[in-house]
Amino acid sequence: MATTLYEKLWQRHVVDHTPGETPLLYVDRHLIHEVTSPQAFANLRFHDRALRRPDKTIAVMDHNISTRQADIAAAGAAAENQLRTLEKNCEEFGIKLFGMGHKNQGIVHVMGPELGITQPGQIIVCGDSHTATHGAFGALAFGIGTSEVEHVFATQTLRQTKAKTMRIEVRGEVGVGISAKDIILAIIGKTGSAGATGYVVEYCGDAITALSMEERMTICNMSIEFGAKAGLIAPDKTTFDYLQHKEYAPKLSDWDAAVADWKTLKSDEGAEFDAELVLEGSEIKAQVTWGTTPGQVTSVDATVPAPEQFSDPVEKDSCAKALNYMGLTAGTKITDIDINKVFIGSCTNSRIEDLRAAAKVVAHFVKQGKNVASNVDAIVVPGSYRVREQAEQEGLAKIFSDAGFEWRLPGCSMCLGMNDDKLAEGDRCASTSNRNFEGRQGRGSRTHLVSPEMAAAAAIEGRFVDLSSENINEAH
Amino acid sequence: MDKFESHTGLVVPLDMANVDTDQIIPKQFLQKTERVGFGQHAFHDWRYLDSEGTQPNPDFVLNAPQYQDASILLARENFGCGSSREHAPWALQEYGFKVIIAPSFADIFYANCINIGIVPVQLSHEEINELFALTKGAEISLTVDLLNNKVSFQEKCYTFSLDKFHQYCLENGVDSVGWTLKKLDAIEGYEAKQANWQ
Repeated sequence: MATTLYEKLWQRHVVDHTPGETPLLYVDRHLIHEVTSPQAFANLRFHDRALRRPDKTIAVMDHNISTRQADIAAAGAAAENQLRTLEKNCEEFGIKLFGMGHKNQGIVHVMGPELGITQPGQIIVCGDSHTATHGAFGALAFGIGTSEVEHVFATQTLRQTKAKTMRIEVRGEVGVGISAKDIILAIIGKTGSAGATGYVVEYCGDAITALSMEERMTICNMSIEFGAKAGLIAPDKTTFDYLQHKEYAPKLSDWDAAVADWKTLKSDEGAEFDAELVLEGSEIKAQVTWGTTPGQVTSVDATVPAPEQFSDPVEKDSCAKALNYMGLTAGTKITDIDINKVFIGSCTNSRIEDLRAAAKVVAHFVKQGKNVASNVDAIVVPGSYRVREQAEQEGLAKIFSDAGFEWRLPGCSMCLGMNDDKLAEGDRCASTSNRNFEGRQGRGSRTHLVSPEMAAAAAIEGRFVDLSSENINEAH
Repeated sequence: MDKFESHTGLVVPLDMANVDTDQIIPKQFLQKTERVGFGQHAFHDWRYLDSEGTQPNPDFVLNAPQYQDASILLARENFGCGSSREHAPWALQEYGFKVIIAPSFADIFYANCINIGIVPVQLSHEEINELFALTKGAEISLTVDLLNNKVSFQEKCYTFSLDKFHQYCLENGVDSVGWTLKKLDAIEGYEAKQANWQ
């Protein structure tokens, strides 16, 4: 029978399916960080239980850390306590930790892939909802709560009910300057913020297979933002080329065996999905969110919608509440919205290609004699030390700094504002992150989710810009 | 985890869709390394006018005097979306909620509720609308009978379903880690079959 990629991943991980019990699946990689692990370690200790597979567990400091100083004490006493607790726990249970200033340190969902820890066919979990990112490699990857972190610690398994399957095809090609972020925001705009709740989504189509691994990660990263359990992209040559020679990738004959196996990881011709959605790549425009859920999004050449445009009473009410919180008036052109903060970073858009794309836009405007607008504070937070170093070598850091952006150290930073990278009340931010929830980047602050290109342009113009009229690609 | 069989309690209506876990427990309260101390910060930014949490927001429904003893939260669709933080259901549980009723829940939040012993009751949009309408006129107490999968109020009665094993775990307060550790043979058998590069 023709089966889906999800079904194949599922089948190869079933450890036990006793009738009347939820199936027990094996976990290949468990990524942990300082915020959602301490209570799980404490419970393990309380029950005097061992951590089953420290060799399949990797820890990193990312959520709380300062992006100004590589110092564990630089983000306040509570953060320091959490970071030191992670250090102690990793030492006690024998877990590899990429701590403060380690060359492998970075946002957990940037670090895992770039080291080759993330591989096709795995089940990868982490106490963080953006674990969906790793699905870009054809791994079944999803976020879990702290009780589940404890369960994985003790058993290296998880109980999971099977999700439904959704196939999202993006046909053809996207236009010049349209990024992976625009594709995924356009998808979420179509489905709404809960459109894939209960589903595992597989992305396919020419516009998806044409994407690089970095771009695929941006797509899968935001699967959770329309409720999906996980996002998947079948591994292919792009995936294998990315992984080969990575530090943790299989080597020599193991590599050949692994690739032979990974090539089987795709949905069979004729496999049936519970739901399907098709988008035409050529119809996708640059996207900007206007509301307080990622599904409240429109294209840069559009206007802020009015509540009356929604027929569903709940959506109508949500629109009115969002406009009130966002301080926006229906009918305002998106390109007339002034911003005063810019954040380029997060597990969605902080990889080398994201920084290249943003730097290219910056360079384009610099050529016209422009820099970051005087009323705008803009920060660039690379996803990891490796990304940071590469961006410095490629001269991207200099482009940003010379134009007036602050070039920071890696971390989750302003995506969720657990450290001191927060917005003030009333600040309006063009952000490459993944959530525009109320107060996400600071109490009373207003977040517009955009691509790295749009964030870079907004920093310079102080408002959103329709880049389709700019000849970015011929700029240099 | 405590056993859950039946609960009767006052309902507080939170008439908003897509309530995300950042609202349920904002990030500034995630820096604890303990499992307790979150209830006082539940819905902090909606509940308080100031960052310090000293001035209750009189317009927020949880602050209304008649709902102070509420133990059942009535919510709208996609409740608990966003971050996987289990601190969100911890905060709701510590605040006093034993049951959350909504037309739909985000997956991770739902699993977190099951794992800590909050009963997530999913009802149809029509039933949820009816319950919101009932709460408009008066304070109502619902009985949530997990053993019979029924939610009742006077002569009204709604049925809900849960995954069988979830139901078993909630009813019996199962220690899920301990349960799985009984399957150690199966886990070891699985591991023995893995290729060395996996």
